[in-house]
Amino acid sequence: MRGETGRANLFTRRAIIVGGAQALLTAGLAGRLYQLQVVDSERYQVLADENRINMQLLPPARGRIFDRFGQVLAENRLNYRLIVVPEAALDLNRALDEIAALVPIEDHDRERVLREARRKQQFVPITVRENLTWDEVSQIEVNAPDLPGVMIDVGSRRLYAFGRDTVHIVGYVGAVNESDLELTDDPLLTLPDFRIGKNGAEKVLESSLRGEAGSRQVEVNAYGRVIRELNRRTGRPGDDHMLTIDLGLQQYVAARFGEESGSAVVLDVHSGEILALASMPSYDPNLFTSGISQRQWRELISHPRFPLSNKSINGQYSPGSTFKMIVALVALESGELSPHHSFFCNGSLKLGKRRFRCWRRYGHGHVSMVKGLMESCDVYFYEVAKRVGIDRIAAMSERFGFGSKLDIELPGEKPGLVPTREWKLAMIGEPWQGGETLVVGIGQGYLLTTPLQLAVMVARIANGGIAVKPRILAEIIRDGQPIPQERNTFAPMGISPGHFDIVREGMLKVVNDPKGTAYRARIEEPALAMAGKTGSVQVRRISEREHRTGVVKNEDRPWEERDHALFVAYAPLERPRYGVAVVVEHGGSGGSVAAPIARDILREVQRRDPSARARNLEALIRPRETA
Amino acid sequence: MAQLDIGSRQGIRIAERLLRLDWFLVVLVCTIGAVGIGMLISASGGSTEPWASRQMVWFGAGLLLMIAVATVDIGFWLRAAYTIYGLAFALLVGVELLGAAGKGAQRWIDLGVIQLQPSELMKIALILALARYFHGVPLEGIGRIRTYLPPLLMILAPAALILRQPDLGTALLLALGGGIMLFLAGIKAWKIGIAVVLALGSGPVVWQFLHEYQKARILTFFNPEADPLGAGYHILQSKIALGSGGLFGKGYLQGTQSHLNFLPEKQTDFIFTMMAEELGFFGVAGVLLLYLGIATYGVVISARSNNHFGRLLGMGITVTFFFHVFFNVAMVIGLIPIVGLPLPLISYGGSAMLSLMLGLGLLLCVGVHRDVIITRRPGSAG
Repeated sequence: MRGETGRANLFTRRAIIVGGAQALLTAGLAGRLYQLQVVDSERYQVLADENRINMQLLPPARGRIFDRFGQVLAENRLNYRLIVVPEAALDLNRALDEIAALVPIEDHDRERVLREARRKQQFVPITVRENLTWDEVSQIEVNAPDLPGVMIDVGSRRLYAFGRDTVHIVGYVGAVNESDLELTDDPLLTLPDFRIGKNGAEKVLESSLRGEAGSRQVEVNAYGRVIRELNRRTGRPGDDHMLTIDLGLQQYVAARFGEESGSAVVLDVHSGEILALASMPSYDPNLFTSGISQRQWRELISHPRFPLSNKSINGQYSPGSTFKMIVALVALESGELSPHHSFFCNGSLKLGKRRFRCWRRYGHGHVSMVKGLMESCDVYFYEVAKRVGIDRIAAMSERFGFGSKLDIELPGEKPGLVPTREWKLAMIGEPWQGGETLVVGIGQGYLLTTPLQLAVMVARIANGGIAVKPRILAEIIRDGQPIPQERNTFAPMGISPGHFDIVREGMLKVVNDPKGTAYRARIEEPALAMAGKTGSVQVRRISEREHRTGVVKNEDRPWEERDHALFVAYAPLERPRYGVAVVVEHGGSGGSVAAPIARDILREVQRRDPSARARNLEALIRPRETA
Repeated sequence: MAQLDIGSRQGIRIAERLLRLDWFLVVLVCTIGAVGIGMLISASGGSTEPWASRQMVWFGAGLLLMIAVATVDIGFWLRAAYTIYGLAFALLVGVELLGAAGKGAQRWIDLGVIQLQPSELMKIALILALARYFHGVPLEGIGRIRTYLPPLLMILAPAALILRQPDLGTALLLALGGGIMLFLAGIKAWKIGIAVVLALGSGPVVWQFLHEYQKARILTFFNPEADPLGAGYHILQSKIALGSGGLFGKGYLQGTQSHLNFLPEKQTDFIFTMMAEELGFFGVAGVLLLYLGIATYGVVISARSNNHFGRLLGMGITVTFFFHVFFNVAMVIGLIPIVGLPLPLISYGGSAMLSLMLGLGLLLCVGVHRDVIITRRPGSAG
């Protein structure tokens, strides 16, 4: 038993050591727990909240765009998206087959869905198709019980109800790209589905159309699935905008243009409000919001008549004879010439060795200022230009708004070009030639103007020399209330009213005198009658030999080589209200192609008389749709 | 006090055995078991499905098993010790072969009702076998080195098999439990020193046998923040959950990190973390005290036994139980690498529950038969 006792004693000693060690180790665990749970607890609480709380941005509803009478031009429509949750669909391939039996799915969409499903967490919904029709939505909803994991999701989509007619004014929205992100740090732009203005008013008015983001805090689990909402801060929806455009007139102008390529600008000659601004041909901006196909895009950019370009503000044309009013005013204002002084036109003017032709081969005979305008005699204006010189012509041009941007609220406006001695020396490196002054005198040569500038010119002539500037933004409405805006008043140009009378008499006769170049395009109702000026601009050089043998007629030349047809006009004759500039690219002569279009537009705008009717603000104050 | 010979047919009667049962220990076990079921309800978001209801069944069955084992004559366990060890070893080899055939890690044998893990059984079997072996070694024998060769083999052979499964946690537990049994049996301290040096020296060799994921766990243990979304994720999330619990916890069923699934395996290996998040420092300190209570009680029961088999068996069970708790808690609070050991009596799992109850039953059995004297060589009077 001695051995047994010894063994027992040894065991007991060691068992006590082990028991003590157990107690010590437990104390160690407790100490470590104390460190984590009591000493460092705050740090871990912060980490725990960071783990579970996510901040999500709520995109604001984009402001709508209306015409002056409250017709909606750009709005947010519900976008029914077909989405599938792979986790709930179980067999994604089979689910897609079943969907395809109800609504068409294109192959590349199917591939994209399968690709996304492989990359993302199984509970993340994947968009199969966007912009479902109501029929397709009902097809899916009716069959919902047989389609686990397939859902209809409602998003927001920009809709341009009159897209093709208004795209060059309203523009369109598109996905955010890298360069957009460089300009702003608005976190909204990082949202995957966010759209910003890419063109037109949508682009220029972006900051007030966009609104401010709201946000919500959500609790998420370890896989990012949202468990519940903790807190929400509502943002501010974008402001609604009313434009000066009259949609009815805009549609009329677009329709009247038909197949022609070119541009027309209609404005109120007193306020500068643009009533219609058309650039033809046009395109449908809704293509851009729903994602344009490669084929459609190639078609648009390779179209010979450049539908994507807004020709009314970025098309730069020689003004041709429509510029002759400016030259006439230079003559009158400078005092170089009495309006009754006449020159003799025998069909050409010789300066040095060069012969400058009049458009009428056998001349106009004795020509005074009014007759010069009425019959658009080139020789008369060669003579005038020779006397007044390029410097004074350039100065007057600039007073009428040529050669610089008019700062209309549209992107891509071009300044045009008013050539001067300094300009030529700097750009071409040669001194100004006397003959070049003559060419500018009939609105050709280096001189370039936009249709908008021509419309502003005719407005300033019609209103008696008030320097109106064009604008398209009428009102901004925030939360149903118009925001008061500065109305700029326009300064008089300081040109004698009597001089304007002479120029306007010339323009009147262009249309209303049987010898006028646009007599056939006159408006016969006296109350609606218009005054205007034709212009036909050569787009290629006509050689001396051709002049001798007879110029090939416009209609016999290929389209690209035909003259541009221009017409500027205002109406009515007494107290003018509306001005218009029409440019028909390669249309032929201004009197026979552009003037009838301008006539119809002026007749329509007077019939509608948008400036006399109050704007319809009520349409904007109706409750906003939820988007 | 009557000296009963284990060899005699009478022994003590069943009723007497039940009276001698250490009911305080049973109460401790039941308390921890109840806490565990409560935590499983929380883990499933306040529902008894899918875990708590089944755990209750396992716990009830385990309780019956524990008492049944405790009332079996200790002599039976002494005689059966090697047989049980042999059986457990055969099963271990069996799953190894099955695993090789199935080309994957295989740790269990499906018995229909329960998936039997031979490694769980081996923990108990090794203690039984070692207790029996040292029971038969005289005081003179414990000084000799050759005395330790058979038990070393008994420890290392199953440990190696389990390491291959691969189950690092159980293998370590087996080796550690066995080593402490050797210490309790009386091996000289300097010999243990040599063994420890040898073990540390073999570290690089063992490293070669570890699987990639095991290596990753050990490496991320030393620097969990280096890879917060990769292998370090579990440790970091566990610490965040624990730490955010604070002194009093977020309240029962209110743990955000565990319920939002930031916490991995919250019903098994990481249940302690969820408990710490919901019940706070006070709550888990209380649970640790309950565990320490069982471990200390085990030491007392073992020390009071009048037979060497009982002493060694009791301590073996106690130490294994304690290290189970220690490794699990130390793992979830980031003191040791994640080795994948459940928390005894609380983590969900039938196989672990039953083998634990089997072990605790043996501990109770030692208590019941504390006055029984067993000769070194059973059958002959000592």
